[in-house]
Amino acid sequence: MAEIIRMPKLSDTMTEGVVSEWHKNVGDSVKTGDLLAEIETDKANMEFESPEEGVLLYVGLEAGAAAPVNSVLAILGKKGEDVEAILAAEGNGGGSSEAAPAPEEKKEEAPAAAPVATSAPVASDGSVKASPLAKKMAAEKGIDLSAVQGTGPEGRVVKKDIESFKGSAGGARTVVQGNRQDESVPHSMMRKTIARRLSESKFTAPHFYLTMDIDMDNAIRDRKALNAALEEDGRKVSFNDLVMKACALALVKHPKVNSQWTDTHIVYKGDINVGMAVAVQDGLVVPVINHADILSISDMSAESKQLAGKAKEGKLQPAEMDGNTFTVSNLGMAGIESFTSIINSPSSCIMAVGAIRNEPVVKNGEIVVGNKMKVTLSCDHRAVDGAVGSDFLGTFKKIMENPLVYFATIN
Amino acid sequence: MREIAFRQALNEAMSEEMRTDKNIYLMGEEVAEYNGAYKVSKGMLDEFGPERVIDSPISELGFAGIAVGASMNGLRPIVEFMTWNFAILAADQIINHAAKMLQMSGGQFNCPIVFRGGNGTAGQLAATHSQSFEQMYSHIPGLKVITPSNPYDAKGLLKSAIRDNDPVLFMESEKMYGDKGEVPEEEYLIPIGKANIVKEGTDCTIVTFGKILKVAQAAAEEMEKEGHSIEVIDLRTIRPMDVESIVNSVKKTNRLVVVEESFPFGSISTEITYNVQKHAFDYLDAPVRRVTQSDTPFPFSPTLLEEAAPNVKNVIRAIKEVMYL
Repeated sequence: MAEIIRMPKLSDTMTEGVVSEWHKNVGDSVKTGDLLAEIETDKANMEFESPEEGVLLYVGLEAGAAAPVNSVLAILGKKGEDVEAILAAEGNGGGSSEAAPAPEEKKEEAPAAAPVATSAPVASDGSVKASPLAKKMAAEKGIDLSAVQGTGPEGRVVKKDIESFKGSAGGARTVVQGNRQDESVPHSMMRKTIARRLSESKFTAPHFYLTMDIDMDNAIRDRKALNAALEEDGRKVSFNDLVMKACALALVKHPKVNSQWTDTHIVYKGDINVGMAVAVQDGLVVPVINHADILSISDMSAESKQLAGKAKEGKLQPAEMDGNTFTVSNLGMAGIESFTSIINSPSSCIMAVGAIRNEPVVKNGEIVVGNKMKVTLSCDHRAVDGAVGSDFLGTFKKIMENPLVYFATIN
Repeated sequence: MREIAFRQALNEAMSEEMRTDKNIYLMGEEVAEYNGAYKVSKGMLDEFGPERVIDSPISELGFAGIAVGASMNGLRPIVEFMTWNFAILAADQIINHAAKMLQMSGGQFNCPIVFRGGNGTAGQLAATHSQSFEQMYSHIPGLKVITPSNPYDAKGLLKSAIRDNDPVLFMESEKMYGDKGEVPEEEYLIPIGKANIVKEGTDCTIVTFGKILKVAQAAAEEMEKEGHSIEVIDLRTIRPMDVESIVNSVKKTNRLVVVEESFPFGSISTEITYNVQKHAFDYLDAPVRRVTQSDTPFPFSPTLLEEAAPNVKNVIRAIKEVMYL
């Protein structure tokens, strides 16, 4: 009996998955544990091993296509087994609407056959009349059909119109004509997730923002001392590490900031897990440093380096992006003075960290060159009030302005 | 190479096969004593004797039925109909018996019969004697249908048909029996189910079969003079149809004209067009066009007759339409 393999739910928030690559083809024999496909979830690229063994009879979607969790990913069974009945029993429900690549030509259509869901390709040409061939050629050449003058009956765009269109666009016309075409990029899973989660956060959590200027003289001094001490191990602590550690320690003092809003309760989280926003190719991810309050600054630094590296390679596992109770987003290295972040739900607050800048400051009655850094805390007002956020920032400032002393004393 | 007439090619095919297999016999109106209404079986009575070359009464249903029974008992009859227009009377034996016997007997009895005869228009023969029947019989599962276009194909295909274990309907033309063409002395077979690309081209495909191929070729030549490259495909076998050759050609030329002698509704061109839109939709630059016999009973008047049958002028018009010329 053939076995249906369904699109696995690889993370809590996964609703659909993209097969980024098939490692087996229809007709291949597959053993339990063989690498079947790579599945791109909203968070990561995961290798998917076959839970069954048999001959791969059918794949529910092509590489690059998306399908909902629990839809038919593949069917394994005996060679030659008929999968039509199984698919019919599935009623095509939950299946991907992308046409499945049938291994053999399907039987001629019967009127009683269940209607197959077909997603009409988005017609960029609106109501332009064109021969099927002309449409195909235009799509391949990236030509907008509505820009082509059709010479067929009733203005139908035909093969020769597409061929000559290319000629005139590249020809010796003196009329200035932009030749850069719009590019439509289908949403990646990550882009969809960013859009969904940030909209959800921004539209449901009432944000307010608190900005504070931090004197970084001592932080610079302390970091230098720390790195001198760590040098022989080949390790190095960044300013971001100091900020993350300072946040974690300030959260110990202000558990109300380390919270989550739910429909019925505010949950004050026991653990302090600080997420850090990391820019990656075409998006961003938020790996989480668990127990950032307990980890030493050097261990925390090592972990953040490792997670950031994995993030850039797209190798983060969902578990490494789960469970943040607070988030830090740092654009200081890009020279941003200050900015506001959107809260990374479910946590209540996120800190946006700006660049360290030289500024004239008054110290001991004299104007000297100081080092300042602005941080802005975005708070979910449902869980965190202005006074709570301000107190937290006060503590954060105190720690940041004398980091080593506090790192050594608070725990 | 020697040239022989179409009727001679058919005669050779039957005679050669009858010499190698004594179970084969020929039956039909006037096939023996008169040497065939169109002299296709000339000399066969003398060679094979009255037991194997049999004059039948004018009773198509009767002798078609005899052939079905004989074939179920191990013989391999060749049944000549004077024309397929008369074979309408035998349709019950062909459609309800020969075509279905293998399936209805659970595989116990096959009917290796060749039913052959003239088909289509042949001048002023008027409404009841001017019809083409490929579409009617190829509709029926269990039947194979062949329409050759020249002596070489006729001989090779008829030999394959005689050796085939299913009922095969072989459709000739009174107008073609005198056609001469090169046919080698040595034996050859042409496989059933494979089309013949008569002429390669790049701008438009014409699919056709039987005697009207000549009209298609003449139209293609006219178009060549104007600088257009036309591909001409002779189906040879109507069923099973060589869809692959048609589709591959249309993928190359992006345009298709089907030329056939039958009435338009539910015709072979309909089946071809279905397959092309299914398998080559994205390759079509124009709707498929066809040129058929007019959708009326065929006229007797020579003036009307000229207009009612596919002609070079109509085929050229269709080619120009699909080429947007």
